[in-house]
Amino acid sequence: MSKRLSQRLRGPNATFLIATLLFFVVVQALLSFGLLNNFWRGIIFWGVAITIVSLGLNLIYGFNGQFSLGQYGFYAIGAYASADVTYRFMRSDNSALIVVIGGSVITLLLMWGLSALLRRFYGVSTISAFVFNLLATIIGFGCAVVILVPALNAPISALLAVLPSGLAQQIVFFFALLGGAALAGIVSFLFGMPGLELGSDYFGIATLGFTIIIKVLLDNTDTILPFPEMKGARGMVGIPQWTTWPWVFFSFMLVVLVMRNVLHSSTGRTIVAVREDERAAELVGIDTAQSKLLAFVLGSVFAGLAGGIRAHDLAFLHPQSFNFIQSFNPLIIVVFGGLGSMTGTIFAGFTWILLLEGVLRLYLPAGFETWRFVVYPLLLIMMMLLRPEGLLGQYEIAFLRAKLPTLNRKLTTPAPTAEEVTA
Amino acid sequence: MTKGRPESLSVEVEQRPVVLTIEDLTHFFDNLRAVGNFSLTLRKGELVGLIGPNGAGKTTVFNLITGVYRATEGRIQYNGTELIGLPSHEVIQMGIARTFQNIRLFSNLTVLDNVRIAYHPHAGYNLLDAILRRGRYYKREARLTERAQEFLAIFGLEERQNDIAGSLPYGLQRRLEIARALATRPHLLLLDEPAAGMNPQEIDQLMELIHFIRDKFDLTILLVEHRMRLVMNICEWITVMDFGEVIARGTPDEVRNDPKVIEAYLGRQASVQ
Repeated sequence: MSKRLSQRLRGPNATFLIATLLFFVVVQALLSFGLLNNFWRGIIFWGVAITIVSLGLNLIYGFNGQFSLGQYGFYAIGAYASADVTYRFMRSDNSALIVVIGGSVITLLLMWGLSALLRRFYGVSTISAFVFNLLATIIGFGCAVVILVPALNAPISALLAVLPSGLAQQIVFFFALLGGAALAGIVSFLFGMPGLELGSDYFGIATLGFTIIIKVLLDNTDTILPFPEMKGARGMVGIPQWTTWPWVFFSFMLVVLVMRNVLHSSTGRTIVAVREDERAAELVGIDTAQSKLLAFVLGSVFAGLAGGIRAHDLAFLHPQSFNFIQSFNPLIIVVFGGLGSMTGTIFAGFTWILLLEGVLRLYLPAGFETWRFVVYPLLLIMMMLLRPEGLLGQYEIAFLRAKLPTLNRKLTTPAPTAEEVTA
Repeated sequence: MTKGRPESLSVEVEQRPVVLTIEDLTHFFDNLRAVGNFSLTLRKGELVGLIGPNGAGKTTVFNLITGVYRATEGRIQYNGTELIGLPSHEVIQMGIARTFQNIRLFSNLTVLDNVRIAYHPHAGYNLLDAILRRGRYYKREARLTERAQEFLAIFGLEERQNDIAGSLPYGLQRRLEIARALATRPHLLLLDEPAAGMNPQEIDQLMELIHFIRDKFDLTILLVEHRMRLVMNICEWITVMDFGEVIARGTPDEVRNDPKVIEAYLGRQASVQ
């Protein structure tokens, strides 16, 4: 065990670990000593959030080949859900926490049971499976609202009141982020199950519709939906500003590690195989529907997590920041960085926000930001003409690269004889 | 007498267990009948050819077996299990593998990854093991890689394991496609025009390869082919299709001299050497 650990901590892994830790410490120091003002702090946090969304999109579009414009919808779901949890917690009401976490847990358990059950049946159509899962979701969250909230609200509030307020805050924030991500994952699962059957381009249009639906729902949270605290089109205020650099950094590292570990596994290879040739993947025995759904849900969970981080940094949410024009941001980042390159997405995500939202806003005359929508498409067109594979193509830094296996000598040279082994 | 077999086969052959039974298979594309009343029975270890002019419905039969299309009528049974209605990946996981007329590799991935992807159902670890990088992930991943390398070594591709599949010469791409198909651990292999685009020398190598894998992996092989030299040389018996229907069955010699085959498939004036 220790041997394996020491092996793992050598070479590119060690370099990467040291570099990221250094980055973490430097930014933390700059923030602690007040060398970065709130503007730059916001820019960095925003950069990380949008990079996480873009990584999720790269998993869906760059690695799995499914064109999605819906990531801002899931980003919005994560943001609003987690904001609602902490907003209510601040007003000594833990119902949102219980619904989001309890409902997600029940729903996931029901879905898990359902998938085991449906596997025994012969020829269940996607639409029936979808309806069953939708019912499971309704039952899961219904149970949470009807049973869990009245039963658990008082004890959980009492429990959180006993804890020191700082600790209670961090615990609630953790569950808020988790709940936002889980909710985004469940919605993406329900949406993706029938949606991904459409095939790449039509799926892209469906996700565009999804983003618009989410935006319209957010405009009407206080009228159609029963969430008066979200204040519909006026924007949600009063969200605690709890996002700190460690939260941002470790969420980011978690996303990078999970994505890398998934991509370098056998399942990850099937995800890439679907991009390469879906029919061929199907005909070497890969359940492509499952593979596509996995990439889509994982990417959307990332988006939901980023939403929670962003909401608790900005402390203000407005439906307009989640409209479909905004949803092109991660797409542009992914295309710029290179489809199928995690390094490229990380690089492009940070550059995008630092440059366009940070540097240009500060150093160029006021009113320039209205020109951004002229600059974006021009940049994109130039990119497509000059370097269609993206800035970094499919390049990865050593830490994120799959190790190429060495030649198996056993197969090419004859096996050593007994004397050679003992000698 | 089983349906879908020539009458001239030896008694010894007829005693082997049945692997695949296709009965009265009919498939329509809208109103166009692509396959009509097609029957075929394969016994274990056989190497059978399916030939016919362009558009006769040969590839459609393959697509019906592997679940790409769902047959309008008829039955396809593999070791006693009905295949119609099963999704492709389940058919493949039951032990049927196929190659494609136009090679369909994962051409931007390495040669080794092409084989490792096909080996996925036997990987032996789940996503959680991979995300948490448990010991099982390292162990099984190493074993999986070793297996894939063994497959490549059988096909003489081990030195090129880290090359991009699309960069291989044509003949090697064919080999890789067959290697990838075999990595799914099939018992029945469907080869769709394996000799398409090959020169005579490559065809000779291919014939050797087909014989070799049949013995090595204990396979039953069904082969769609245009190249008469290949079919006549290696197939034990042949089914001839035209316009979606079977017009003749028999050993290569019988088929070669069948006037219906000569007329429908090879043309009125043609003769086969």
